[in-house]
Amino acid sequence: MVKHRLQRNIQYGILVVLGLCFLLPLLWIILASFDPNAQQGIKAPDTWTLQNFKDVLTDSSNLRSFGVGLVLSGGQALLVVIVSVLAAYPLSRYEMRFKKSFLLSILFMTALPITAVMVPVFQMFLYLNLQNSIFATMLFLTSSSLPYGIWMMKNFMDSVPIDLEEAAWMDGASVWTGLRKVVAPLMLPGISTIAIFTFSGSWGNFFVPYILLQTPDKLPASVTIYQFFGSHGMVEYGRLAAFSLLYTMPSVVLYIFSQRYMSKGFSMGGATKG
Amino acid sequence: MTRKMPGAFLFLMPSVLLLLIFFIVPIFLTIGLAFTNMALTGAAAKSLEFVGFQNFVNMFHDPDFRISVWRTLIFLIFSAVIGQVLLGFILALLMKEKNVTFRRIIGIIVIAGWVTPEIVVAFCMVAFFSDNGSLNQILGWFGVSPISWLFSFPMVSVIIANIWHGTAFSMMVYQSALDDIPKEVEEAAIIDSATGFQIIRHITIPMVKGSIVTNMMLVTLQTLGVFTLVYTMTGGGPGTSTQTLPIFMYNQAFVNYQFGYGTAISLVLLLIGIIASLFYMRSMKVKV
Repeated sequence: MVKHRLQRNIQYGILVVLGLCFLLPLLWIILASFDPNAQQGIKAPDTWTLQNFKDVLTDSSNLRSFGVGLVLSGGQALLVVIVSVLAAYPLSRYEMRFKKSFLLSILFMTALPITAVMVPVFQMFLYLNLQNSIFATMLFLTSSSLPYGIWMMKNFMDSVPIDLEEAAWMDGASVWTGLRKVVAPLMLPGISTIAIFTFSGSWGNFFVPYILLQTPDKLPASVTIYQFFGSHGMVEYGRLAAFSLLYTMPSVVLYIFSQRYMSKGFSMGGATKG
Repeated sequence: MTRKMPGAFLFLMPSVLLLLIFFIVPIFLTIGLAFTNMALTGAAAKSLEFVGFQNFVNMFHDPDFRISVWRTLIFLIFSAVIGQVLLGFILALLMKEKNVTFRRIIGIIVIAGWVTPEIVVAFCMVAFFSDNGSLNQILGWFGVSPISWLFSFPMVSVIIANIWHGTAFSMMVYQSALDDIPKEVEEAAIIDSATGFQIIRHITIPMVKGSIVTNMMLVTLQTLGVFTLVYTMTGGGPGTSTQTLPIFMYNQAFVNYQFGYGTAISLVLLLIGIIASLFYMRSMKVKV
């Protein structure tokens, strides 16, 4: 058993080293955000301050970029949930002629890299005079996460037993009422998971708003941080770190929140990352 | 269930419309425009012409294109296959049957890098690899003189950044797959006095093979589309040393305004994506 214990200790050792490697970059940004003279290297601040956060939060254009991000990602999450619940219902509950090919196409689309269509999408937006429109960008983002949304939603809906709806129909409820009053409340955990994933993915998205939106007052925080990065050189580390942390917060909070809804660590069904 | 739903198409209409306009149309536009000389500046800006395979002929003669394909391949192999997939598996394996609190702490640290948005990951990593950054600071303790990572080893830097950001996903997939292996199987092997490596090779890996293949396809597809991380860390540079296909596409379309050429590059990306996607679906063995 001595050999076994040694082996176990080596494994703990490797994990500690790997953990430290993963921790360092994050630890730096956290320390830098509280440091009035933050530098590139990692060090504890000589004096701890909240000034960096205050500077970021009192700048109206920064606040605006958070607001735009909220509208963009919140609107997208809401649209994805509504549209995919509607689509998932007949796919989950009824027979349809093109059901199989529709579902296979959806699954196929979940895996395609969105990056590859951005050039023609930009041309399309230009042609239709939609460039710099927050609403049109939101619609595009909605469509890009819709395949994943429909796929997950259908799987969640499949696990809601149909007996309850049938009971409601017996009592004279319409299909629409059955969906709204019986099925939707029962799959609230699934709906929340999809909403959270969609929101987080969109909140962290830089490429799409960077291509489709132009004027500074319409840019979400992801693009604003990038511009801050470029225009202030790599000088104001502390403020940039504070801005980045504030921007990361919603993703972290929502992730923790989503863990409560996910029964089992992770589901493989066409999962994507932001 | 064999019933048909009256008005089912009304329920499907919104998603079909959205997918048609913003997903299917752009894919067909990609195919169509890749054969034109579309540009925002110069003579071609005035008249859009069908140029046949000219963009593709140019592309295969363009040394920048060939080197971009090569860099994309290196990025895929090192940051997706070797980095995320292998490291994720090792992490999941090592964390198995460890102290619960310890396991949770390591898990949170790794997942934190995954939850962090790409643009913030890029900022952390640029600082980490900078001349006076944390990496050189630590190497300094061992007497190594500072290295300009982002200039001398830009590809290594973006690969490590992508591993840091993406590994948690693979780790979580493997953790849930490893949890599904019945305990008895491994216990029986231990009784037969199999060593740790034998168990991993002959029992653990075969039992989670399905997850490994599916996860590998998914991570490859995601890595293929990585734009933000590389673009915001290095901008494809210094020079063109980190110019992967998505960055090359962006530069041709949005910096040089050669949309026809840019779209032709998109089409190559899309075709690779379609092929990988089909393999991914086969690996999942879905029943619909």
